[in-house]
Amino acid sequence: MSAFNAIGEDREVERDEYTPGIEPQATWCPGCGDFGVLKALKGAMADLGKDPEEILLVTGIGCSGKLSSYFDSYGFHTIHGRALPIARAAKLANPELEVIAAGGDGDGYGIGGNHFMHTARENHDFTYIVFNNEIFGLTKGQTSPTSPKGHKSKTQPHGSAKSPIRPLTTALTAGATYAARTAAVNPNQAQEILVEAIEHDGFSHIDFLTQCPTWNKDAKQYVPYVDVQQSDDYDFDVSDRREAADMMQKTEEALYEGEVLTGRFYHEADRPSYGQEKRELGEMPDEPLAERYHDDDYEWERSYDLLDPHK
Amino acid sequence: MTEEIVWRIAGGSGDGIDSTSQNFAKALMRSGLDVFTHRHYPSRIRGGHTYVEVRAGPDDVASRGDGYNFLLALGDSFARNPQEDAYYGNEEAKPLAENLDELREGGVIVYDEGLIDPEEIPDFEERVEENDWNVYPLDLRGMAREKGREVMRNTAGVGATAALLDYDLEHVEDLMEDAMSGEVLEANLEILEAAYQQVKEMEFSHDLRMPTGDHDEEQVLLSGSNAIAFGALDEGCRFISGYPMTPWTEVFTLMSKYLPEMGGVSEQVEDEIAAAALALGASHAGVKAMSGSSGGGFALMSEPLGLAEMTETPVVLIEAMRAGPSTGMPTKPEQSDLEHVLYTSQGDSSRVVFAPGNVMEAYEQTREAFRIAYEYQLPAIVLYDQKLSGELRNVDESFFDREPNPDLGETLTEEELAEAAHHASGKFQRFQHDPDNDKGVSPRSIPGQKGGKFLATGNEHTPEGHISEDPDNRVAQLERRLGKLDTIRDDLDEQEGSHQSYHGPEDADYGILTFGSQQGTVEEAVDRLNEAGHSVKSLGVSGVMPLAEAEITEFLESVDEALVVEMTASAQFRGLVQKEIGRFGPKMNSLLKYNGNPFEPHEIVEGFETIIEGSEPAPTTRFVPAAGD
Repeated sequence: MSAFNAIGEDREVERDEYTPGIEPQATWCPGCGDFGVLKALKGAMADLGKDPEEILLVTGIGCSGKLSSYFDSYGFHTIHGRALPIARAAKLANPELEVIAAGGDGDGYGIGGNHFMHTARENHDFTYIVFNNEIFGLTKGQTSPTSPKGHKSKTQPHGSAKSPIRPLTTALTAGATYAARTAAVNPNQAQEILVEAIEHDGFSHIDFLTQCPTWNKDAKQYVPYVDVQQSDDYDFDVSDRREAADMMQKTEEALYEGEVLTGRFYHEADRPSYGQEKRELGEMPDEPLAERYHDDDYEWERSYDLLDPHK
Repeated sequence: MTEEIVWRIAGGSGDGIDSTSQNFAKALMRSGLDVFTHRHYPSRIRGGHTYVEVRAGPDDVASRGDGYNFLLALGDSFARNPQEDAYYGNEEAKPLAENLDELREGGVIVYDEGLIDPEEIPDFEERVEENDWNVYPLDLRGMAREKGREVMRNTAGVGATAALLDYDLEHVEDLMEDAMSGEVLEANLEILEAAYQQVKEMEFSHDLRMPTGDHDEEQVLLSGSNAIAFGALDEGCRFISGYPMTPWTEVFTLMSKYLPEMGGVSEQVEDEIAAAALALGASHAGVKAMSGSSGGGFALMSEPLGLAEMTETPVVLIEAMRAGPSTGMPTKPEQSDLEHVLYTSQGDSSRVVFAPGNVMEAYEQTREAFRIAYEYQLPAIVLYDQKLSGELRNVDESFFDREPNPDLGETLTEEELAEAAHHASGKFQRFQHDPDNDKGVSPRSIPGQKGGKFLATGNEHTPEGHISEDPDNRVAQLERRLGKLDTIRDDLDEQEGSHQSYHGPEDADYGILTFGSQQGTVEEAVDRLNEAGHSVKSLGVSGVMPLAEAEITEFLESVDEALVVEMTASAQFRGLVQKEIGRFGPKMNSLLKYNGNPFEPHEIVEGFETIIEGSEPAPTTRFVPAAGD
């Protein structure tokens, strides 16, 4: 039995349970795509019957980072780009926690790009939602790593000479075992994908297209999306790396010109998660480390027992 | 008959100098002597001049000595690199040539004539004569080759040492039997014995003999890094995350070795920002966690360090100083990260910094860092340096016979959380000032607990964790966080045994003030100064944040003048004392050393005499005149 009672009790959960008792004044702009992420996350957690207190939502900085303020669970609103390393350790310390990490495109693909690559390669067992609106919103509209080439902003007045990062292909190349793209304007698909991603035993990355009505009116955030799983035109094996990469390339090019594909692009179900690998190597205990501190019967080993080689 | 032996083994990096010296030190310890090692090595993997000194005596040895009296020069087997013509020619003789300056008069030299040709060293013969050195060329490489492999010439050297110093081989043999087996053991034992016998038959010109000692109880040989790792384990730390960097790597690798066996987790991650962030994540989730680095890596930890302060997340960070700025001198000690560690990260900060002065303090203060971090919910830093990191000394085994402490500090049970104050939003008032708790600590919940949900955020926040820029709330939260430092100061003052180390006569006229790893050397210098007729005492400070104000004030008030000894070029520690206490400026003089080597006792003796009596500065030190002059 868990030392933390909120964990492991299956029950019916209403989505309102994830809404703080008094509605905090959301600082997101009217029409912001971030509301769509919040709604989809609440719906997904309710579908999964997760107790709000067994969820740890770790966020970065920026508009996306405020998700943890408006979703009522344990939250850790961290620092710019660093949600992933904090989420990783929380999951290793207590694998029974339902850990969700969230950040924006600047936060997750820019300053936190290094952590993104390494979290994907290690295949930590949690879900990472990146709010992708192709712009730095909270700092008032600068070019982001996903802004299209030629994008003009106050910091790049002559237009960006950089090609946008390709988040899905990056995740796949780095070793993520689940990668999907969805959009705030498509809440039903978003919720379904979140459910699948959270249930996935490994690192699941979701590039979540979120419109920024204030700073990025040019982006193609409002166009209708094509759900690759719903369309016969895009039949592919979601567990095949090569086919997934091909489809990812299509959506990543189309984001800036043409119709945008969303849906699940890669799902590798049989690779053990990082925690599992570590347990098998004997590098991590079977029981959650955090529980040990609540177990009065646990016998703590002492350094005194390690002295022999030093004598 | 000599009082002490300072045995220096020199060779190329990768030639087994480190392991040979460790084993020899352990053999000496087992035979009842007190030992202390000093390690000098270059920032390269193989080749290049490296040496380790083992100082051994019948009584407490707490620092490196002044120079040494026995050189075992093995030759640098990696000096010649046939693939690289660009390499600087023949450096095989460096282990002999480079070590002559500090060899005491009448000292003994054993060199490997299989690798070293002393004719390559200009004026070698003259210097030998001048200094009355006793030179024994031995074909150590040949002996090793004959009975085993060339790398075993270290063993031949140890055998020769034992014969020359009249030391019982049995202790060395016992150690070898513990450490190896099979053919390797057989070969080493044969080489050891052969070298011993060969040298025994020679005629000696020296009168150095290994001193004898007698311990009351079993001893263990530990480095500062060992002690930090053991301290962390005993305080219930079961999670470490890090990135390799010299010299912090030693603690990291030790913890990575022990933790999986003890059911803990070690993570080597992509960079130091991630490393410190992981430690925070683990701690937030309810585990005792640590991370650490050396100067440049610690610079990256500045962000998570501030986050730990703002979110009141307990965490321990270890900082192993080396010479800076930037990459500096990776394998050379300095104490110049002091200000970096005290002040890095934005905002008014609340953190605790301990600077242990020796191996025992490294253990105790690492435990104390964890205790304080978890009891008061803030980051605590153990600041040490490359010197303390690698030096070995013997400690009574019973010193480690202590109870573990897995206490997470003030956390609430679910029953208590049910009764605890909650905000209208349903969130637990995690950051509320508890009027019943005069420590300024707000008890926390652990994610997963019922009734405990809250938001930890790097923004300023209300008691339940909602982001807030309300001025009254800001003042209340900030003052509560900063106020913990005063409480911690009182807490530390009340602990049994001071975190400061006093040495010398209480009523001395002059004082030497130092911090961290220079403590033992300063204390030895104080003894010598008093023997020479001066009236001196010392205070080695470990509590640098909060600064041990009361003790430093009292110490400085009690002396006419003080010398502040530190391995920085900008008198950072003296600056800290002046900033925090704001008095005594004219009383304090600086003795600074920043050439990559720690102080030797004689330098402090000379520095003291120079400053107090006004003679010329010694070449390796820089003297800063007293403020106000």
